[in-house]
Amino acid sequence: MLLIPCPYCGARPQDEFHYRGDATVKRPAPDAGLQALYDFVYTRTNPRGWHLEWWHHYAGCRQWVKVERNTLTHEIRTAVGPAEDTPQLSA
Amino acid sequence: MSVHRLSQGGHINRSQRLTFHFDGRRFFGHPGDTLASALLASGVRLVGRSFKYHRPRGIMTAGPDEPSALVELRERSRTEPNTKMTDVELYEGLQAWSQNRWPSLKFDLMAVNGLAGNIISAGFYYKTFMWPASFWEKLYEPLIRHAAGLGRATCLPDPDHYEAVHAHCDVLVVGSGPAGLAAARVAGEVGARVILCERDFLIGGGLLLDPAQESWRKEMIATLQGIRDVQILPRTNIFGYYDHNLLGGVEQVGDHVAEPHPHEVRQRYRTFRAGQVVLATGASERLIAFRGNDRPGVMMAGAALTYVRRFGVAPGKRAVVFTNNDSAYATALALAEAGLDGVVLADFRRENRLAAELRAHGVDVRFGIEVSDFGKDRVTLRTPSGGGDNVAADLLCISGGWNPNVHLASQSGARLSWDATLSSFVPGAPVQAERSAGAARGIVGIGEAARDGLAAGLAAANALGLGGGDIDFPLPAPEGPCAPLEPLWEVKSSGKAFVDLQHDVTVNDIRLAHREGFSHIEHAKRYTTHNMATDQGKLGGLVGAAILAEARGETLEKVGLPTFRPYTKPVAIGALAGGTTGERFQPIRRTALHGWHLRHGAVMRPMGAWLRPSYYPKAEETAWDSVSREARGVRQSVGICDMSTLGKIDLQGPDAATLLDRLYINSFSTLAVGQCRYGLMLREDGIAFDDGTASRLREDHFLITTTTANAAPVLEHMEFYAQTVWPELDVQLCSVTDQWAQIAVAGPRSRVTLAKVVEGLDLWAFRFLSVGEGHMAGIPLRVFRISFSGELAYEVAVPSRHAEIVWRAILAAGQEFGIVPYGLETMDLMRIEKGHLAASELNGQATAADLGVGRMMKKTGDFVGRVLSARPALADPGRPRLVGIRPIDSGKRLRGGAHLVSKPGSGRSLGWITSVTRSIELGQWIGLAMLENGEAMSGKTVHAVSPLHDEAIEVVVSSPHHVDPENVRVRN
Repeated sequence: MLLIPCPYCGARPQDEFHYRGDATVKRPAPDAGLQALYDFVYTRTNPRGWHLEWWHHYAGCRQWVKVERNTLTHEIRTAVGPAEDTPQLSA
Repeated sequence: MSVHRLSQGGHINRSQRLTFHFDGRRFFGHPGDTLASALLASGVRLVGRSFKYHRPRGIMTAGPDEPSALVELRERSRTEPNTKMTDVELYEGLQAWSQNRWPSLKFDLMAVNGLAGNIISAGFYYKTFMWPASFWEKLYEPLIRHAAGLGRATCLPDPDHYEAVHAHCDVLVVGSGPAGLAAARVAGEVGARVILCERDFLIGGGLLLDPAQESWRKEMIATLQGIRDVQILPRTNIFGYYDHNLLGGVEQVGDHVAEPHPHEVRQRYRTFRAGQVVLATGASERLIAFRGNDRPGVMMAGAALTYVRRFGVAPGKRAVVFTNNDSAYATALALAEAGLDGVVLADFRRENRLAAELRAHGVDVRFGIEVSDFGKDRVTLRTPSGGGDNVAADLLCISGGWNPNVHLASQSGARLSWDATLSSFVPGAPVQAERSAGAARGIVGIGEAARDGLAAGLAAANALGLGGGDIDFPLPAPEGPCAPLEPLWEVKSSGKAFVDLQHDVTVNDIRLAHREGFSHIEHAKRYTTHNMATDQGKLGGLVGAAILAEARGETLEKVGLPTFRPYTKPVAIGALAGGTTGERFQPIRRTALHGWHLRHGAVMRPMGAWLRPSYYPKAEETAWDSVSREARGVRQSVGICDMSTLGKIDLQGPDAATLLDRLYINSFSTLAVGQCRYGLMLREDGIAFDDGTASRLREDHFLITTTTANAAPVLEHMEFYAQTVWPELDVQLCSVTDQWAQIAVAGPRSRVTLAKVVEGLDLWAFRFLSVGEGHMAGIPLRVFRISFSGELAYEVAVPSRHAEIVWRAILAAGQEFGIVPYGLETMDLMRIEKGHLAASELNGQATAADLGVGRMMKKTGDFVGRVLSARPALADPGRPRLVGIRPIDSGKRLRGGAHLVSKPGSGRSLGWITSVTRSIELGQWIGLAMLENGEAMSGKTVHAVSPLHDEAIEVVVSSPHHVDPENVRVRN
């Protein structure tokens, strides 16, 4: 079970969090059109290696945090708040 | 003293006698025995029958590696099948039975399977029981079920208790042999918080087999017990290594007594989150494949040594020891010292310097020999040139070398690497914060393992920033290098040579798998079931891989081993469940009015985690009697219902209205203070998510309700958009579901009832879809004029701690009107009559238009789901739409889930029934349904078919609003 370093609460076990998925996709502007919304909802790259993900600390501070996790090793490198800059992803 | 019990030595207490029963026969043993050692001491050799061929089997090992000596332990509700008797600590009154024999262990009729052995080979079931399909249920399955399987599980409830404990430590040491003890001590002495787990009931591992190490073992245990932050957990098997250094284990608290002590658990599920892990899990001895290598009397050489040295038992009368390495020399010596006659050591290798010492003790050491057969008390020895010799023996000890126990290291993510010296795999570079030490990484010798453990413990502490100072304590002397092992996997001959004794897999099965194309180690495993038994191939896994490598013409290193998975030894489901069983399976949520409901005879029903009143039957009333009385009471006068489980979310901030505008399909910035509005949320993909009401309490303060089931998902959804998509919006949100109880008061007399209770609010001037604040005897109230029932109705929110006072005041006020409490059933009945939505309609497939609320969608501005809800397929008017239905024959009933078809027998479904009820107002069954071209079908007839009930009835399609479609009553 993962140990997620919540930027607000410190390291907490995975079962305090809900997983949402890819945090690299951004909700397009309202006038961006159908295809842009479609990509936002459905199109994912499913990377092997480092990935940026949304996790919700629902049983803690109730903040959505961006977690940099390696999908291969489950290693977690960083976790930041939603408004903070995305850490640089490297393969 | 029993026939095979030695007069001295070992870790048993001869001054105390324990009585136990095996197959109904009485035996004796001593504290410190296992069931296996006590039976061996009594001269018992045959203990079970094998899985497939029902071959006679004996005791092969002295620990959880055991493939053969499986028993049914304990009786009735505590029956535990397939228990390894080598892993059962003996206790007074133990009861065990042999398994898989019929009619008796000595005479087993199913042993005829052995004669048909070349038919029941790998893949037999796949190939044989294929056709005709109709034979499966009546013939094949009962046949296979009777023949296969081992023990029988009990069907009685488990009378014992279990619990879970979650621990954190700096260094977790797994295994208490020389490496584990040294690692724990050095880490403890430099100040690390250490937990040392040992699966056995005695601490010491391999130290227990060497009397010369006894003083060091005792000194190490005493020292560890004196270090404050070192915890020693015996009888605790670590079964799995998971992500981020989380390990799982089971502590057998009360398994070594007939029944757990009162108020004590039987097993304790433990998890450990460790900074660093030292795996000192030792090594397992491996098998050699030859004809008869499964017969009673065959035993691993290390196990034989264990029985002599630890349990004071001579496991036979005349012994042959068959080896390809040095370790079995200690076994031969111990057997000779234990008084066995004519011990023969058959070494596959050419020579060995240890031979002289053994010969001095009377051991007949022979070189260049292999064992080609083991029959009834007779071992056939063979030289490579073909010469042979038969030796009388009732005990045949085997050592094919040692495999480091790499299971946990492998589970942690570390790859395995090939060690040519050991002819086995050792843990490779760590992926997590772990290191293996001692025999677990192929270190041979007690002194060597202790040094390796010390280094590993120190490295673990250093990695955590602990260390320094002089750590010095005495260690056992190194044993020095031993002569190299010569790999030997199989002695070829006709007949069955086993690689997996628990699943009866032979070398020929492995070869067959290869011939039939299952040549990858993972395929061969599944095709033959090799390694898939509860011992996970600890004895013969590598042997099977070597046979496969030979068949493929490749190296064993290349062929590799199948993936290691939890659990390292079988774990009872009860232990994993811990205390979360029965009513503690999940937390139960009770409303503030729960006590009142119980006192007034409510039949409670679970709804998610909540318990809610279903109905309130009076004496002699059936469920329908009660529901129809409640519904009539509401429709004709007034009723009261606990709505507290609805999700309630409080939003505050200048941008609260903007956030709601973007989350609901309809607009809330246009809502005046003091007003409520029904709202529907979509998911981003355009499908309806949840509905409820939003009330504007102040300019910058809203309260919204959600369905009970979606309370948590809706809050999470709102938080996602507020925090990540529109962080610029100045708004805070918070669940207030538990803080406010909510009471519905519904029916034509609800206003006159409530007016007697609520102060500070003029209910006659309080219009439909208004929200206002009032109070009752100083208790603040929020009053909403909203209606789920379709009647003139109010919902009163009250701080939870005052809920029952207000509830009772309303009841008292309504007494003169015959007020009735009503439950979920009545609520559901009335909302179906009215055509309101619930979870069966909001099913994750329907759009707003499908549900008949598409017109609510605002024409301008963005909201979640807007763009994708306009996709052509979702906007198709032919999609199933919400309609009402009722049987043409008003005497017929409807079934939820029935499909709607144009005529009976038509294969194409036009839709389905979502909700049904008997209607009070219409005096017949009515329902809601999703039907293609719904509105256009109004007034037409379709057929509702329910094949499960063998029913097909004609129904007429109508508006979903069966009652008061003009919405007159709610506005009265």
